[in-house]
Amino acid sequence: MNLFKFADIRRGKDSSDRVGQFMLGSYIILFLLFLVLPLGALISKSLENKDGEFIGLANYSLYLQEPALFQSLYNSLFVAIISTIIVVVLAFLFAYAITRTCMPFKGFFKLVALIPLLSPSILAAIALVYWFGNQGVLKEILLGKSIYGPIGIIMASVYWTFPHALIILTTSLSLSDSRLYEAAEVLKTSKLRAFFTITIPGARYGIISTAFVIFTQVFTDFGVPKVIGGNYNVLATDIYKEVVGMQNFQMGAVISMVLLVPAMIAFFIDRYSRKKQISLLTSRSVVFKPKKHFKVDMIMLAFCSVLALIIILMIGMAQYGAIVKFWPYNLNLTLKNYNFEVAGLGWDSFYNSVRLAFYAAIFGTIIIFVGSYLIEKLRINEGTRNIVQFFALMPMAVPGLVLGLAYIFFFNAKDNPLNFIYATMIILVVNTIVHFYTVSHLTTITALKQMDKEFESVSLSLKIPIYKMFWRVTLPVCLPPIFDVSIYLFVNAMTTVSGVIFLYSYDTTLASVSAIHLDEQGEVAKAAAMAMLIVYVSVAVRLTHTIITKKVLRKTQAWRYNILDTK
Amino acid sequence: MAYLEVKDLSKFFGTFQAIKDIEIEINEGEFVCFLGPSGCGKTTLLRCIAGLETQSSGSIIQKEKDISIEPPSNRDFGIVFQSYALFPNLSVFSNISYGLINNKWKKEDINKRVNELLDLVNLQEHTSKYPSQLSGGEQQRVALARALATSPGLLLLDEPLSALDAKVRVFLRKQIRDLQRKLGVTTIMVTHDQEEAQTMADRIFVMKDGEIIQSGTPKEIYNKANSPFIASFIGSMNFIPASIDASKKVKCNDVEINCDLGSFSENDNVQLAIRPEEIQFQQENQDDNVVSGVIKEIEFLGSFQRVYFKTKNFSDELIIVDVPSANAKKIKMDINNEMSLYFSKEDARIYSI
Repeated sequence: MNLFKFADIRRGKDSSDRVGQFMLGSYIILFLLFLVLPLGALISKSLENKDGEFIGLANYSLYLQEPALFQSLYNSLFVAIISTIIVVVLAFLFAYAITRTCMPFKGFFKLVALIPLLSPSILAAIALVYWFGNQGVLKEILLGKSIYGPIGIIMASVYWTFPHALIILTTSLSLSDSRLYEAAEVLKTSKLRAFFTITIPGARYGIISTAFVIFTQVFTDFGVPKVIGGNYNVLATDIYKEVVGMQNFQMGAVISMVLLVPAMIAFFIDRYSRKKQISLLTSRSVVFKPKKHFKVDMIMLAFCSVLALIIILMIGMAQYGAIVKFWPYNLNLTLKNYNFEVAGLGWDSFYNSVRLAFYAAIFGTIIIFVGSYLIEKLRINEGTRNIVQFFALMPMAVPGLVLGLAYIFFFNAKDNPLNFIYATMIILVVNTIVHFYTVSHLTTITALKQMDKEFESVSLSLKIPIYKMFWRVTLPVCLPPIFDVSIYLFVNAMTTVSGVIFLYSYDTTLASVSAIHLDEQGEVAKAAAMAMLIVYVSVAVRLTHTIITKKVLRKTQAWRYNILDTK
Repeated sequence: MAYLEVKDLSKFFGTFQAIKDIEIEINEGEFVCFLGPSGCGKTTLLRCIAGLETQSSGSIIQKEKDISIEPPSNRDFGIVFQSYALFPNLSVFSNISYGLINNKWKKEDINKRVNELLDLVNLQEHTSKYPSQLSGGEQQRVALARALATSPGLLLLDEPLSALDAKVRVFLRKQIRDLQRKLGVTTIMVTHDQEEAQTMADRIFVMKDGEIIQSGTPKEIYNKANSPFIASFIGSMNFIPASIDASKKVKCNDVEINCDLGSFSENDNVQLAIRPEEIQFQQENQDDNVVSGVIKEIEFLGSFQRVYFKTKNFSDELIIVDVPSANAKKIKMDINNEMSLYFSKEDARIYSI
């Protein structure tokens, strides 16, 4: 009797297996080095005193006794929850208008709604200063309340998170079976009842998912509260103050943990609800096509127009502020605000940002795509693959600020052999890739899942090593999602603040960080100019992407277009 | 010595045993089918032979070489999947030549070989098309050509026809069978379609719950099914509860049936099995196995008509009788007609319950 009957006998390995196994091992090491161990360093830092001695949870109890710090937790929760509610409602209506009505100019609205994605979150805060700040145009609207505080944070947060919510909800609302609505109509169901019994339940998981994503984004954001928060403290600004202002790394670590936990919870609920969403639509469903309904279409047109106008006014004001001589006294136009030498910065930080974005996009895309390929297609080492998959999902749950701080603790340690990457471009690139790993990873995983799972089997039966097939078939077929991922990494590397605020050095200042510092120094116009530079690059890259998609992809993806030609 | 031997092969997924102690021998040039309902382990067995799954225990020997732990790339086989798995970004030509390029073939040899294969599967005019521009049947033939390109010693077909329309399926059955005869390549096909297995295979292995429960030629399996499961899975079958009395006579209710008892003995409770096409409406007087009753329903099925027959004291269930349409014209068949059935002693089988 074979006692080990449940276990498979060990199959011999071929070259593909060995290469795959080696690479999988490398990923484990990379994730340990650049994600797990830094987080470990953060946790252990929170359990130490200033001399590095272990003191258990003493820092935590100190934290709980400090009413000022505790107030920040409440503040963070408050702005995050209010912003989430507003964004979910607005984005749901907007997504509904785009997917379920015959409102005109849908393409235009979709385009405008995505504008905030191209700018750093602080751009919204700067624009708000011009509109509602002490010398703002519409200051009176606030009835004496100051924009510097929760009002400003919420308004700016709603602005920059809106497109994120819109993307999830549009996807969720477009996955709908028109047969359900036909069945409802045949059963003489009123439109309103159909909305509450079919539309809302169908989008339920999308809504939940959106809520948690937006909550986490606002809860962990640093740039907006820094610029427009005034004296209203939130967790993210507290961490910054403790670490940069008071050099109290231990307390910074403790607050990071306080920031991490809600983000983690939100992440797991989000994962859970996304899994549910997929199962709602079967391959037999018929995609919903909206019908004309004059009244609804016009109401939605009005609603979307107002939102689009606000978005344009926000970015427009940031641009206007960037080219005005001396707001609000001299409104003549000038380009002198783009001369950052005066502020002692120069354009270096801008070039650094572009370099960072290029490196992150190129190396990040390669690493993420190959990693997801190993997880999805390797036929051995299932246990190890599951671990790598878990690591790949983890960064989503880790706020940028927390990851950045963890990097300081880990890489700045003198006895760390990787200490040499500290304060270089390398650490910024690595941090950016890890910070935005999960979304990119999920994109490539989805693309790979859509490929026939037997390609590898066929290749093996024909004695072709898997890596040759990867080059000849997998890569060309997956080019569109690969381009998407690289663009995503590029734009996020340009706009991110929270991930890199602790990690830049004198030689590697970044545009988004500079914008914050300029604002701190009262150079709001220069801050606006710097933020707008980021927008220009993002727009340029997006446009290039569109052109590439049209021209280059048409060549490599001829087989895709041929489907359309023959049918 | 058999070309392929599978010895005592088992495979577990967790604690679930997908295949149990499989023993198979396949001769060179033979076309065999693994036939069974979904979940019976037939595809797992095929994938173990290919090396795409690793067995939990047991061994596989191909051409006297033990390949049990060889990775798939060291085994000699070509495979065709239900989904075809054609590379979407490569033309028909590149798909077929895919395996040749790596084996350092010269360009003109590759061209010659691909053209040969295109001739073989009748796709000469489609060389430069992409898979998405072909019909399902054509895609399947490209997949077949790709699998055969490197002249493997063993061809594995995993439900190759089940994604196709009925007409194309029947056409391709014959084409694949002819091709296999012509090339003489040893072939294993997995299918859940008994008709497919019967028309194509030299030998069928019927599987259920991870075990091979019967093997033999299509005729043997059809005529001498060794269990009620196979009898009803392959073709259709009437089952009538019966008992054997003390004097070794088989009785269905009150009706005494003349048939071969086999190994059953007196006082056993059994079931009598008769295929619908082996029952006739009595025209001349017969002595044995005559049952009277009325016609309850008639289904017109083109080449034959299916009659549902209510017997008086033979079976509680309706008996199904298939009457060839040519014969049906001669008999006056109408609903509620009183008729008598007849089946021969040889066609009546006895199974345990």
